Amino acid sequence: MIGFLLRRLGWTVLILIGVSVLVFLLMQLVPGDPVRTMLGMAATGERVEEVRHQLGLDRSLPIQYLDYVAGVLHGELGQSLVLSQPVSSILFPKLLNTVILSAGSLLICLLVGIPLGVLAGARQYSLFDRGSMFLSLAGASVPVYWAALVIVSIFALQLGWFPTSGMYDTRNPGGLADVLHHLVLPAAAAAVVPTAVIARMARGTMVEALQGDHVRMLRASGVPERSVIWRHALRGIMPPVVNIVGLQVGYLLGGIIFVEVVFNWPGLGGQLYTSITAGDMPLIQSGVLFIALVFVLVNLITDVSVALLDPRTRKAA
Amino acid sequence: MMQEPLLAVEGLRTHFSTEHGIVKAVDGVDFTIERGGILGMVGESGSGKSVTGLSILRLLESRNATIAGGRVLFDGEDLLTKSAKEMREIRGRRISMVFQNAMTALDPFFRVGDQLVELIRLHQRVDRRTARAKALEALELVRIPEPGRRLSSYPHQLSGGQRQRVIIALALACGPDLLIADEPTTALDATVQKQIIDLLLEVNRELGTAILMITHDFGVVAHTCRTVAVMYAGRIVEAGDVRRVLETPEHPYTLGLMRAVPRVKSGGRRRSDRLHQISGSPPVRMADAEGCAFAPRCPEAVQRCSTAEPPRIGFDAGHSVLCHQRLPITEAGRVSA
Repeated sequence: MIGFLLRRLGWTVLILIGVSVLVFLLMQLVPGDPVRTMLGMAATGERVEEVRHQLGLDRSLPIQYLDYVAGVLHGELGQSLVLSQPVSSILFPKLLNTVILSAGSLLICLLVGIPLGVLAGARQYSLFDRGSMFLSLAGASVPVYWAALVIVSIFALQLGWFPTSGMYDTRNPGGLADVLHHLVLPAAAAAVVPTAVIARMARGTMVEALQGDHVRMLRASGVPERSVIWRHALRGIMPPVVNIVGLQVGYLLGGIIFVEVVFNWPGLGGQLYTSITAGDMPLIQSGVLFIALVFVLVNLITDVSVALLDPRTRKAA
Repeated sequence: MMQEPLLAVEGLRTHFSTEHGIVKAVDGVDFTIERGGILGMVGESGSGKSVTGLSILRLLESRNATIAGGRVLFDGEDLLTKSAKEMREIRGRRISMVFQNAMTALDPFFRVGDQLVELIRLHQRVDRRTARAKALEALELVRIPEPGRRLSSYPHQLSGGQRQRVIIALALACGPDLLIADEPTTALDATVQKQIIDLLLEVNRELGTAILMITHDFGVVAHTCRTVAVMYAGRIVEAGDVRRVLETPEHPYTLGLMRAVPRVKSGGRRRSDRLHQISGSPPVRMADAEGCAFAPRCPEAVQRCSTAEPPRIGFDAGHSVLCHQRLPITEAGRVSA
C-alpha cells in the first residue's frame, strides 16, 4: 500500500509539472504582446522594452519558465493586466466560492445519483428502473448552460422559490442560510449531468453485483433483501462508483464555468470567462492552473480511496 | 410407526419462461429425505438438479421463473405456501445451501468473522460477543487451521478449500436440519474435494444434518449417499438404493452414464475398451414436449417412447425407474431416501 501511495504521488508530481509547462506555454502561444496590452498602443518602444525587461520577458523561455514556477511555488502569480491587482488576491476568494459551489453540486450528485442507481439496479426492468434510467439518459445528454437556463426559468422566475443569481442577497446579505439559498439552483444545474452519469453507472454495477455468487449465498442464508442491497451489494460497488464520481468531478469543474456565468456566481469560472474575453493572460494562466490542480488532487484522492476500499488491494499493493 | 420424513417433495414443477416459450426445468419431481439421511441427486448440467435445490428454498422467484406446482413438505409444512418473511427465517436457520463456486460465494468486502456474526445474529438473539464465540465454534467445526486468526481474514486471503470450509461453516452456523449441497466440490482440486466430502459426511454423522447432495459425480454419490436419484430433463428417471442403482441400473440413461464412467481394471485397459458415450445432448424440455425426454438418445427406444408419458416402474426396496421398456414388473413406486 505504501509503495502504491508513493508511486501514485510521484505520478501526481509529474502531471503537475506537465500542467505547469502547458499553462506556461499557453501564454507564449497567445497572439499579441502582453506588454503592449498592459501599456496601451500609445507607449513608446523604449518604454515597452523597459517594462519587458522589468518583467523578465526578454530572457530565454526555459529561464522564464523556471522564474514562473519559482513564483508559483512562493504564491506569486503575477499581476492582473486588466485589474492591476495581484492575481492571487483576485483568484483565491473566487476559488473558495467555486469550491463551495462544487461541493454543493457534488453533494447533490452523491445524494441523488447513488440511491437512484442502487434502487433502479435492485429493481431491474421495473417501472421505476425504466423511468429513472430514461430521465438519467435525458439528463446526461443535456448541455449544462441549457439546463441552467431551464432551472432558472422554472424555479426562480416562475415559482420564485430561489434567487436567480448571485451568492448573497444584495439588500440583506449574510449568513450561511443566505449562501445555501443561493447555492441550490446553481449546484443543481451543475449536478444534472454528473448525477445522471453516476446513477447509470451505479445501476449497472448494482445489477451485476446482485447476480454475484455471494449475493445468492446471502439470500440462501435468509439475509433480508434490504441488507443484501444496502449493506453487501452497495459495499461491493463502492470502488467503481467512487471511481466514476472522481471522473465526474472533473466534468463538474468544466460545467461550473458555464453555471457561474449563468447564475452570476462569483467564482473562478465566471472570473475566467471575463478574463478570457478581456485577454487577461496572467489571470487565465493561474485560473487554469488552479482548475488543473484541483482536478489532479481529486484524481489522487479518488485513486487512493478506491485502493483503500478494496481489501484485496489494500493489503497487496 | 414410520417416522415422518424431514423433507418430502411431491410433484414439484418449476418453469422458466423464455423467449422461445415455457421451459419445464423441473417437471414433476418426487423424493423424500429422512432425518439425518443423505440423498444424492445426479444428472448432467441442465438436468434440473440445481433448480430443484433452489426451488426448495424458493430462491428462484424472479421475473422468469415460477414454481408451477407440487408441494415441498419440510417437517410436515409446505414451504411453497410460506410468506417471504417465513421463508427468510427458514433459510440459513433450518435449511442451508452451499454452492459450487467456493471462490466467489463469500462477500469479498467483509471479514470471515463478520460474515459469520451477521448470519448468527440474524437468526439467533445473541449479543455480538456470544455471536463471535459461536462463529469461532463454527470455524472449529469445519476444521479450519487457526480458526481464531481466520475470523479476521478476508476471503481472498484463504485458499479455495478453506473458503469452501468457511461457506460450510456459514451454512452450519445456525444448526440447520437440512443442508442442500449444490456441487460443493466441483470447483475444487481433487485432493481438496475428498476433504470437503469427508467433512460433509462427518457433519452428517455427528450433527445429524440431513444432506441433499447435488452433483454430477457418481464417485461422490457412491462415497457419500445411501440413496440416489438420477435426473434427466427435469425428471427423476431412476431412484433407489445407491448400490442397487450403481451396480444394476435399469434406466437406459443410467446404464449409459455408468458405462461412461472410466474404470481402472486389473491387467490394464485394452484398446477396444473405448469409453462409452451417450450420443446427442440433453434436451431443453419445452411445455409442449411429449413422451419420454430421453427417447431421442435412447438405444432401446420404440415408437410409444416418443408419444406417451413413460410410467414409473417400481422394483424391490424403493428402487424405481421411469421407462416404457421396463414394464412387466409391478406398477408404481416411490423414490425415497
